[in-house]
Parts: sequence; C-alpha cells; structure tokens
Amino acid sequence: MTEQTKSRQPVRVFLVDDHSMFRAGVRAELDTITDDIEVIGEAGTVGEAVAGIGHLKPDVVLLDVHMPDGGGAEVLRQSRKATPDVVFLALSVSDAAEDVIAVIRAGARGYVTKTISSQELAKAVVRVADGDAVFSPRLAGFVLDAFADRPGAAPISDPELDLLTPRERDVLRLLARGYAYKEIAAELFISVKTVETHVSSVLRKTQLSNRYELSRWASDRRLV
Amino acid sequence: MWPWLARVSILGVEAQILEEVDADQQRAQSNTVAVPDPVRLYRRRSGRAVAGVAGGVADHLGVDVLWVRIAFALLASLGGAGVLAYGLLWIFAPQQPDDARSISTRERQQAYGLIALGAGLTVGAGTLSGVVSGWVAGGLGVALVGAAVVWREADQSQRRRAKGALLGAGGRPALVRVLTGAALVITGIVLFLVSSIGLNQVQFTLLAVLAALIGVGVLTVPWWLKLVRDLGEERRARIRTEERAEIAAHLHDSVLQTLALIQKQAEAPREVLRLARGQERQLRSWLYGPSGYGRAVDGLAHGTLSDAVARAAGEVEDTFAIKVSHVVVGDCELDERLVAVVMAAREAMVNAAKHAGVAEVSVYAEVEPEKVTVFVRDRGNGFDPDTVPDDRHGLADSIRGRMERNGGEIRLRTAPGDGTEVQLNMPRAKVTT
Repeated sequence: MTEQTKSRQPVRVFLVDDHSMFRAGVRAELDTITDDIEVIGEAGTVGEAVAGIGHLKPDVVLLDVHMPDGGGAEVLRQSRKATPDVVFLALSVSDAAEDVIAVIRAGARGYVTKTISSQELAKAVVRVADGDAVFSPRLAGFVLDAFADRPGAAPISDPELDLLTPRERDVLRLLARGYAYKEIAAELFISVKTVETHVSSVLRKTQLSNRYELSRWASDRRLV
Repeated sequence: MWPWLARVSILGVEAQILEEVDADQQRAQSNTVAVPDPVRLYRRRSGRAVAGVAGGVADHLGVDVLWVRIAFALLASLGGAGVLAYGLLWIFAPQQPDDARSISTRERQQAYGLIALGAGLTVGAGTLSGVVSGWVAGGLGVALVGAAVVWREADQSQRRRAKGALLGAGGRPALVRVLTGAALVITGIVLFLVSSIGLNQVQFTLLAVLAALIGVGVLTVPWWLKLVRDLGEERRARIRTEERAEIAAHLHDSVLQTLALIQKQAEAPREVLRLARGQERQLRSWLYGPSGYGRAVDGLAHGTLSDAVARAAGEVEDTFAIKVSHVVVGDCELDERLVAVVMAAREAMVNAAKHAGVAEVSVYAEVEPEKVTVFVRDRGNGFDPDTVPDDRHGLADSIRGRMERNGGEIRLRTAPGDGTEVQLNMPRAKVTT
C-alpha cells in the first residue's frame, strides 16, 4: 500500500459480539498489530450495537452473525437506515450457509470466519473501509453454490442480477481455492482493481438477486 | 452456563467452540419456546369483546375487526350460522400466548351492539322462517348466552394463570359469573323443555335427560379442552427435557473432556491446537452434519462427496496438526471414481502437510454436471517436480496412478518457494436411467 494509506486517519472500528471475551481478544489483537485501525467502541447486544453505531458513526462494524434477539442481520436492519455510510463486516464461527447469506443480504460487505489470523482480519477491515467486498473462501463457495444452475433451480427473472458472468465465476472459484486478490489477478491476467470490481459485482448480485434458489438453497442446505 | 469454562478460554481457540455451543443453544431455545405461528389463527387474549375470535380472525386476514364483527352478526341471521361459526372458532382456535392491546370504549360499545344485533337476527330469522318456534329459540338462546359466560370465565382464568397469578384467583366475581352462566344454561334448557311439553311421558323424559347431558357437556367444554391441551403441552415439555439431557450428555462426553485435556496440555500449543480443531470438527459435524443433531430429521446426504472431503481433511488435520480449510461447491453421491478422487486429494493434503512447511492447506472441490474438480493448495516450499526421487511413491502412485486408473487426470503447479497446487479432474459417471 502507498503513502496515502499510511498517512490517513486510522479506520474507526466498532465491535459487536455477545461474548465479551472475544471482543477483548479482537480489540487487543487489532490494537497491537496495526496503527491503521482504532477500536472506538463495542457492544454485546443488538440494542447496544444499534445505539452505539448511531452515536459513534464508526467506519467499520465487525459484526457477529449469531447473537440473541435476531443476531447480526437485525443490527444491520436497524442501523442501515440511520447510518447508511457505516460498513459492516460479518465475523463468525457459523458455517451455516443460511446465516451467512442472511447477513450478506441484509447489507454486510463481507464475511470472514473467526479463525482468520489477526493480520488477515486487519487487512479485511481496511479493505471494506475502502469500499471493497471481502469474501472468505467459504463465502465464495456459498455464493457459487447459490448461483449454480442445477435441476430445480429457480427461473431467471432478471439476467442482470440472477446470473454470474463467466469471469465472476472464475474469480469466485479462485477465491474459494484460497487465492489472494493479487494471485487471482496474476492467474487471470487482469489487474487487482478488476478483481475488486468483479467481487463487488458478485456481492451486489448476492444482495439483490431475487432468485428463489438463493433463499431455498440457503435454508435446506447447511455446509459443514 | 459454565462460568468456570471461561478461564480456559483465554487460549482463544476454544472460545469458538463455546460460542458455537451457545449459538446452538440459542437456536434450540428459539425452536422450543412457544413462538406464535403466524399462519395459525389465534384468538386475541386482550382487547376483546367476547372471546377474541373476531379480533383473531381480523389479525389473521389483515382486515379491520369491525368488518369481521359485522360479518358474524349478518351470518347469524342465516339460521344462526354466524353464532355456530363463532362458537366453533372459540373452541378450536387457541388463545394468543401473549399480546397487549387495549380496547376503546367506543369499540366495545360497537361490538356489544353488533352482538345484540346478531342475537336479534338469529332469533328473529329463526322465528320468522318458522324453523324453530319462539319458545325453542328463546330457550336455546338463553342457554347459549349462559355457555358463553362460562366459557369466557374459563378463558379469563387461563389468562390469569399465564400472568403468573394463582390458579382461579378470580375471587367472588368470577364465581358469581360462572354460577350465573350455569344458571342461564339451566334456565335455557328448562325453557326448551317447557316448549316441548306436549310430548308423551317417555319422549319427554328422554329429551330431558338428553338436554341435561348436553347442558353439562357445553358447560364443561373449556375444561375438557384445557385438559387435552395441557396433556400436549406436558408431552412437549418432556421431549424438550429429554433433548436437553441428551445435549448435556453429549457436551459432557466431548467438549468438556477436551477442555479438560486442553488445560492439562496448556504448555504444548501444537497439541492444544490439534485438540481444539479436532473437537471443533466433531462438534460441527454433530450440529450440522448429515447424521448430526441439526439434520437429524431429514437424515439425507449419506456418503456424499462433501462429507468424504470433510472427513479426509479432518483426518489430515488430526494426524499432522495443521489446519485444512475445505470448501465444497455442489454435492453428489460417492461412487467408485469419486472415492478415488477423495483418496488422491487426501494424499495431496498429506504431502502438503509433510513437506510444504505451512500451517494451512486449502482444499476446494466443485461438483459440476459432467465432472468433479478438486484443488489442494498450499503456500509452502514448493518443489521441482523433476528432482523428486523415483522411489517416492506418494505423488506417482497414490495420486497420479489412482486418478488415471479411474479415468481422471492430475495437474500439478509448483515451483520451489512458490507453493504447490494439485488439481484433480474426474469425469462423472454417466447416470444410467
């Protein structure tokens, strides 16, 4: 990254997780490994989170998928209207596709598992703060699966939203194989910027597509 | 729930396990707590005029309650159909578990007005059409009013119980209402009998006995229903308890034992990691796996590719204490060829674990209509394929040989210092129809 990223203000992060132990861990890790990120607040319940986000207006919210009272999706629903500029990154141990797809469709800009290393997490935070989408391999797999054309899949009502382009599929496959953006760019002979564009486009489709398959698939299939 | 567990969570890794357990508990609870089913018709508990039937129907249909009440009143003129419908809904629709709604004086007056209108229409239409004589209709009407008073009181006592008050703590007014209702029913029956006094002795006795039986039946309907519902409730509670006991037993045997082991092994991070990963995987497959807790109902997907890949990844994780993250897109039943693919992929994972010198290996499998592709990738040392000694059988026999014997192929991408990626392609067997 260049001069610009180094000299700019640190990314202001708000933590939402109902386990205080986990919040403390993430806060300590992010504080020690990088100066680009500043944890400005945390919340343990949906209500606290909505109030805190509205009050502090952070750049990025790290959002637990599973919480009592509706979980991350509920926080998103309640916060998105009042603070549309705040970016959400889902952080969870949940591998249930329905939960992951639900927070993405509620407006999260990405999903990473809690097993992610601190460096990777810091990178992901900076990336979503810059407006990019963050797809962990698992999320890439879920999305590929959701858009797959298998027998019984829902009819396509809006090709713009309901189909992935071959290029987007390629990018997602490489993401699912554990490739970093730079590696994907090198593999497909495109620029990193183009990779980012493809990923953002896939995110948009995942959020907006009305394909029945997305919801049905997510509810009747839970990947291990 | 287990505060002492929090101490060991400092290691960080197993915090996830605890969380996963928590998440599952939440899920289990949200399944078992009596959440009102939106599709079902519920009677309103509060803000009602008689039994909350009209309000419930209005909520269910999404229309204003006034229209529903008018409809009931008008239907009442059709030989009492409205009254019958109201009574049946009262009996069969359960009360809403919880709601807080207030009813305005004006709405209440309106409702009572409509009730009077409905009653008038029933009796009036019945008498005019000559189906029933005035006496009979009057008797039945009085009996019905009495029954309504008693039923309403039963609803009230249920409501008080739901609020946590003592059983039947309605006091004297409640008792008075019940007795009044009973008296009305008896009066109604007597009126009915008086109207049919012209019959002979035997017929009259039979009719009297029958009417008395029906009267007792009508009066005790709420208690019968309560009995049946309580039985169902009790059965559900027992199932819940059993399920909870089973979960507790499972967690004790698996998670708690592992956590105890982890505390003992706290000095050896590698061992702790291995234990934690192994336990995490076991718990996951129990929660979400094919035969697991989460999918116990459908019990589908036995012996599928995704399960086999997950198993292989788990074995490698256990054996070599590394992390194997796997993503499977699509799924299908295993056959001979796919077993070979999984075995080959496992061998590739083992190679990566042994030689790459990294802590993480990525596995990606995709099922397409014509073929199955598996990638095993690490960001480790890499190697020069030409310098691998001939006596090393892993890649040659276990991977390439296995794939080629089954009609598949392998592609290898590696260079010293640049990681290794093994790609396995296997065409799928034609589905014979």
